[in-house]
Amino acid sequence: MKRIYLPLTGEIIKNLHTGEELLLSGTLYTARDQAHKRLVEAIKKRKRLPLDLKDQIIYYCGPTATPKGKAIGSCGPTTASRMDRFAPILLKAGVKAMIGKGRRSAEVVKAIKKYKCVYFLAPAGLGALLSTKVRSKELIAYPELGPEAIYKLKVKDFPVIVGIDSKGKDIYK
Amino acid sequence: MRTIKAGTISKAVSELCIAANLVLRKDALKALGSALRKEVNPRAKSLFAAIIENANIAKDERIAICQDTGFPTIFVEIGQEVKIKGDLKKAINKGVELGYKKAYLRNSIIADPLDRARLGYTPCIVHIDLVKGKRMKISALPKGFGCENKSRLKMFAPTADKSEIKKFIVETIKETGPDACPPFVVGIGIGGTADYAMLLAKKALLRDIAQAKTKLGEELLREINKLNIGPMGLGGETTCLAVNILTYPTHIAGLPVAVNISCHALRSASAVI
Ligand code: SF4
Repeated sequence: MKRIYLPLTGEIIKNLHTGEELLLSGTLYTARDQAHKRLVEAIKKRKRLPLDLKDQIIYYCGPTATPKGKAIGSCGPTTASRMDRFAPILLKAGVKAMIGKGRRSAEVVKAIKKYKCVYFLAPAGLGALLSTKVRSKELIAYPELGPEAIYKLKVKDFPVIVGIDSKGKDIYK
Repeated sequence: MRTIKAGTISKAVSELCIAANLVLRKDALKALGSALRKEVNPRAKSLFAAIIENANIAKDERIAICQDTGFPTIFVEIGQEVKIKGDLKKAINKGVELGYKKAYLRNSIIADPLDRARLGYTPCIVHIDLVKGKRMKISALPKGFGCENKSRLKMFAPTADKSEIKKFIVETIKETGPDACPPFVVGIGIGGTADYAMLLAKKALLRDIAQAKTKLGEELLREINKLNIGPMGLGGETTCLAVNILTYPTHIAGLPVAVNISCHALRSASAVI
């Protein structure tokens, strides 16, 4: 399996192909429904964002609380299609990749092609297993959202499958 | 009369919430094992192995099987000869809160569905049934929303035939596709009223999948598995582990059919006190 060290560069993304299985090491940021809504509102109002989105990977994930002695709780992907309405705006703002589960809309595929990004699938419903691939979790923004806050995760050999590559090829089509 | 104290109920509910979220149901694990053995698609095979590994990690490391620890739903059967000392619903909610906090489960419940404010562990959903006797049976079914979002209800005409019903169910699974973490266990409720059929569909998920087999269920299972959705929706022999059906008498003017899909993380636990 191909190992990828983050952040993603244009060169790395160009060579990723739909269906490929990868192991990611580096930094991911979690964000799901409410964090997306807030980020997009901030972008629209030209407000300062709580993190620099440029070249980052957004992981659609709302982990459980962190058990004592562990880096993170259960932390699998959530359904990506709920973020479809926000994704093109975030990709335009510099996000390079998204990790989630399930299908994406035609608009998201178009934006992925346009901004040369990538959508990864993480193994769905395997939150306990994925927790063993996370080294640290740090709160970045919106603590009142609890599991829906933005967390910075350091991951090692986090398994993903390329779901939509930068050419717009969709694994589900 | 037999008296059961609220504290006893809270304790039982707390333990059931933890057991359900940390230990995958035996019947589901067994079905996943046979799916692994018969799978020919290499990717699906390794995903089945990963699903089983995930369940083992969850159990051994005491960590939730899935981060979506669900909308805690508690089914209670109370014997008519039982007297409860204290407030039953409060006791159940307290138990949920205790269990969820203790096992580091997720607080996924939002108090206001429209303004999305005030996050917590409760209120849970409680279904109470009065039965004969002096015992109390409690079941916890913490179902995630990836699959709950795919629930469907259709009010058929009373003259509808079985093939129309089957088509509706199979189409529902097809539309669900990869989004709800296949392979699924499908709960079906047929009959009653609109609301009652939905409840039956959910209750059907509580039944042991090896023991709840019906002729219609097996037919549906075969058809659904022809869809080749497979784990993560990337293809495979097994899209569905089981179809559990519950029926109830209905009205001469209708035929409600409800579908409640569970992801592969089929979680529930029961106890009798
Ligand atoms: S559908 Fe089930 S396995 Fe998938 S994320 Fe939701 S609760 Fe977890």
